[in-house]
Formats: sequence, C-alpha cells, structure tokens
Amino acid sequence: MKSKFMFSKLGYLMGAVLGVSMTANINTAVAAGVNTTGLAVTDKTVKVGILHSLTGTMAISETGAQEAEKLAIKQINESGGILGRQIEYIQEDGASDWPTFAEKSRKLLVKDKVAAVFGCWTSASRKAALPVFEKENGLLYYPTFYEGLEQSHNVIYTGQEATQQILAGLDWVAKEKKAKTFYLIGSDYIWPRTTMKIARKHIEKVLGGRVVGEDYKPLGNTQFGSTINKIRLKKPDVIYAAVVGGSNVAWFKQLKAAGITGKKQTLLTLSVTEDEVLGIGGQNLKGFYSVMKYFQSQTNSNNMKFVKEFKKMHGEDSVIGDVTQAAYLGPWLWKAAVERAGSFDVDKVVAESEKGDIELKTAPEGYVKLHKNHHLWSKTRVAQWNEDGQATVVFESDLIEPNPFPKGYQ
Amino acid sequence: MSDYTTQELISIFAMQGFAGFSLFSVLLLMALGLAIIFGQMGVINMAHGEFMAVGAYTTYLLSAMSEQYFPAFVQYYFIFAIILSFIIAGLLGYLAEFALIRHLYKRPLDTLLATWGLSLIMQQIFRSVFGAREVSPTLPEWLLGSYQPTETIDIPLNGIFVLGLTAFVTLGVFILMYRSTWGLRVRATTQNRVMSGAVGINTKKIDRLTFALGCGIAGIAGAAFTTIASTGPTTGSLYIVDTFMVVVFGGAASLFGTIASAFSIAQAQSILEFFISGSMAKVITLLTIVVFLMMRPEGLFSIKVRK
Repeated sequence: MKSKFMFSKLGYLMGAVLGVSMTANINTAVAAGVNTTGLAVTDKTVKVGILHSLTGTMAISETGAQEAEKLAIKQINESGGILGRQIEYIQEDGASDWPTFAEKSRKLLVKDKVAAVFGCWTSASRKAALPVFEKENGLLYYPTFYEGLEQSHNVIYTGQEATQQILAGLDWVAKEKKAKTFYLIGSDYIWPRTTMKIARKHIEKVLGGRVVGEDYKPLGNTQFGSTINKIRLKKPDVIYAAVVGGSNVAWFKQLKAAGITGKKQTLLTLSVTEDEVLGIGGQNLKGFYSVMKYFQSQTNSNNMKFVKEFKKMHGEDSVIGDVTQAAYLGPWLWKAAVERAGSFDVDKVVAESEKGDIELKTAPEGYVKLHKNHHLWSKTRVAQWNEDGQATVVFESDLIEPNPFPKGYQ
Repeated sequence: MSDYTTQELISIFAMQGFAGFSLFSVLLLMALGLAIIFGQMGVINMAHGEFMAVGAYTTYLLSAMSEQYFPAFVQYYFIFAIILSFIIAGLLGYLAEFALIRHLYKRPLDTLLATWGLSLIMQQIFRSVFGAREVSPTLPEWLLGSYQPTETIDIPLNGIFVLGLTAFVTLGVFILMYRSTWGLRVRATTQNRVMSGAVGINTKKIDRLTFALGCGIAGIAGAAFTTIASTGPTTGSLYIVDTFMVVVFGGAASLFGTIASAFSIAQAQSILEFFISGSMAKVITLLTIVVFLMMRPEGLFSIKVRK
C-alpha cells in the first residue's frame, strides 16, 4: 500500500516536474516577448477571429468585408505570416443580431483567446461588442465609415469617421456646383442623424448656405413619393442623402421614376458603394455622386492588383465597395503594429498603433496612416456613377486628419 | 410660399395627390391576398410577405433569363412575369395548405406559429438559392421615367402601372367573390361552414383554392413591387406589418373594408409626410389606428358572421 502510495506520489512529482519544464517552455516564449497574456499563439501559428453577419439583413453588406479580410490573411500568410507565424482564423456569425455580436466576441476572446478580431459592421453591433472587448482587453479592427464620437483603447477604426467623409464632399459641391441650398434626407437612426447634424453646421456656418429641408424615414421604408414632392417644392441645389438598406433602392428607383435624374439635379449620397449599386441598378443611379474614401475604379497600381486578387479569390462578378476595402486594411495594419511591437500582446500592439506613424503604402485606396486617436488619415473622394455600376472619381481631397470628436459640430 | 407661381403650386398639389393614390394602390395590393385568406378561414398567414417575395424573385429570374437568352423579349417579359408569379405563388400556396395548414384548422393560434415557421423556412431558402444580396430585375423602358402632362408635372410611370394593376386585380377579386358561383360558395362557407357542407359544398376544396388564390395575389403584388423597391431574402418581413395594419384596420372579412382602410391609411400617411418628417408621420398614423381600434375593435367594416 505504502509503496504504491509512494509510487503515485512519485508520479505526481514527475508530473509536476514535467509541468514546470513545460512552463519553462512557455517562459522562453515570454522571454521573446511574443505573448505574455495567454493568447492562442504557438511557434507556428496565431489565431484571429472574423466576426460578421453571414445571415440576416446585414449579410448583404457584411459579405464583402469578411471576404476582404480572408484575402488579406491569405496574402499575409503567403508572404511569410506575422513574426514567423501563420494566421489561422476562426469565423463566427453575428447573424445581424447585436447581442449575438457581444456573445460571439466573448467566445472568441475568452474561449479561443484570439489575438485580434476583424469584424462588426453597423454601429449598433460595434456598440454591443465594445464592452466585451474592453473588459477582456481584446483588439477589434472595425471597417465601416461611421458617425464618430468614439475612441476606445481596444478598437482600431479603419473606415472614415463622419467629418472626414462629410466636410470634403460638402466643400466640393459648394465650390464645383455653386450650391447654396441643401435638402438633407436620411434613414432614421444614429448614423444619418449625427451625420446630418455635422453637415447642417458646416453648411450654415462655414459654407454660408441654407438647409431648406431635413427629413428622416423609418428603416425599411419604401415610399418616397411625398418626400420627392417636398424636394420639388423646395428646389434645393443639392440633395444630400444618407438612406440605407432596402430603402436606398426604393429611394433611387422612385427618384428616377419621378424624373429627377443626375442631369437635372445634383445628388450627393453618403451611403452608396459598389455593393449597394448591385441592388439599386446602375440605370437608376447614373449621374449622381457618392462621397467615399475608396472606389473600385481607382487606377493606382495597388488597387489594380487588389481588384485582380479579390476577383480571383471570390469570383469575377464580385464588386468591391468602400467598407470591403477598409476591412482589407485591418489585417495589414495589425501585422505592421505586431511586427513593430515584436509581440502579440494587445497592450503592446495598441501602444505601437498609438504612436501615430504606422503607415500602409500598399493600401488599395492609395496611402493611409494610423493616427494616435485609433482612426486613419485618409483621402476623401467624390465619384459620379455610370450605368455599369462603377463610378468615375471626379475629385480627390488631400489626406484628412481623423477627428472623431469634432468641436463646434456637436 | 410667395416664391411660387400658382402653376407650380397646382403641379405640386397634383403630384402629391398622385403620391397618395400610389401608396393606396400599393397597400391595397399587399393586403388583398391576406384579407381573402383571413376573411375566409380565419388563418393569419404570417408567410404572406414571403409569398410576395416568391413573386418578386420570379420576376427577377425571368428578367435575368430574358436578358441572357432573348434580349428582344426584355421589353415585354414583365407582363409574363406577373402571370407567372401568380401561378407559382398560387401553386406554392396550394401545396402549403395541403401539407400544413389544413391539419391546423381546429387550432387557429397554431396556424399563426406554423405560418411564421413557414416564413422563416422560405427566407432561408431564398438566401441559399439567390444569395443574401438584394437583387433588382432590369425594368423595361416603358416602366421607367415619368409622364408629363404639363411642363411642371411628373407622374411616375411605375406608379401608374401599379395603380392600374391594383384596379384590375381588385376588380377581378370582386367579380370572383360576388358575381361567380365559386364566390357564392366561398361566402357561404365563411358564413356557415357546417351548413355549406350539408348542402353539398366541398368546403375543404374551397379552403384550399382560397388559400392558393390569396398567395397568388401576394405573388402579383411581389412582382409589381420590383418596380418600386428591391428584393432580398427578408423583403417579405418589411411589408408584413403594413399589410396587417391594413387588414386589421379595415375589418376582417370585408373587401370594402380593406379598400377603405388602405385608402385612409395611405392618404393620412402621405399628407402628413408632406408637412412633417417621415418618421413622425408614421408614428401619428399608427397612433391614430391604435386609438381607433380601441374604440372599435372590429375595424372599419365588418360582416356579421354566425359562429
């Protein structure tokens, strides 16, 4: 009995010794400083998460984003990975349901211990996931252009914040089209409301113009007859639109049906990318303008290569919109920060990112630089839609500093 | 308002009037199918919106096919798309009644759940087959643009088309229900199911055909709405709320109630929208309906039915 007990105790001791030696192994990794916080990093691989809606209403918009992230990850792996490690992604479905985004974020961070997450699309999904990322100290790369007024330690925003997108576009239309009167119309939720607030201030205070009407429609609304008549009555120089989702399609179809076309009227929209055009139809959009930081038709060599590779991976018919391109930047910006930090630790990666000098010369949109405030310096472009669903860029701004908390616009 | 000439104000007035009629025709077309089924069988078809989507996708498919194989056909396919949408949605409705609904007539609340389940199944099928992105058929030239009776008036052609189609379908339903032998049987079944059976009406067959007819009309509505909005897997759920509103407000089982209800909701909505913002207009319209239904739960019109 006793000897057996001794033996088992010995076994226990052996186990403990083994355990120590394994800890020592991890400790050598610690010494290398690659991973001190227990992330899912081995000598060969590092795990990341992709979190977008694959089902539900938002799947339409989020499909492109996750395709771009997979392309970036594939390219990084082919070029040798990050710190010698291949990226493996775990994909979760946010299902267009905001609490699900929070739950899946927790799963990715707590159970899978991913080093970074590329994901979310709507502001609502980001706001739902944000507390989880802050509590578990995760790192989220968020690709959508959004209303601003946010800067979290745990999020890098690769899309434009509101002022970047809005101000340059308004300046352009005021100068090029001699626009004085504006009609603002949007869907009724946080992004269009905040956007229009900033736009109105800029029109009235800076451009010396006048807002002759401001209208919000419930999400999913498909009847714009009365609004179009109001616009006719007010005769604005510019229709400034931020209508989203299925409503967007109805809005443009009915404008066209009512005889309001790009020939007669300047319309500037903040919510139409190449993705939306598939549903709206180029024939209904022809002649109108979009303000974005990226258009698929850009002809710089980065973009030509990107478009080619994207189509090779996801099909000849696929189109690339603004958010898709911004999502593509996520893994590359993460790679740059990790390599500088020499570590996957979230705090170290964020600290590098916050130095404000990580730049990406290979970005399809041209050139971007990460600002101290977690947003990107980027150019804003105005482009006019053609019947084939592609847009011709007619204006390109200088690099614009991100300003998520604009003073005087609140 | 002094900047405007009388001519311009008259034009806006005319166009705004048309916007109201246009919304009226849309609401009526959506609600007709649901009202027929609800009135006849007391079944609330939660999958009504999805049957509309069936029509819309049929139109899209026909559009894509004619573009690919018979470019000359592109100008005319839309008429056939409407007929085909009616047939396909109707057949699917016939099947759904046969496989699902008929087993649940004695448990009306369960039909609510069953048809809701059916709507989820159909949405997922749309998503698997057509993808998550929204699609739009290419519209023939004669449905695009506007009719200009004077310099300053633009009447959307697709609005005129939907208005005409709604009038045609409503007239068809009226003749079928009130001027045909079949309609007589349907109304008899509605009023007294047992007695109708006793005098030799095959009430089961009546039920099945009525359900199929309701779904077929939903298919027509779906096809017509491709001229106004786009089609996605969840398009149906966008329309279902408005549809219910019209049917409940109008009073179940009454064709005239449905028409009157669609008309008053559409006019209230479009006039309010002209003066205040779209969201507030919707809130006020809904509030008015709620208050009205609190005072008169049976809706605008109702037929006395022997239970």
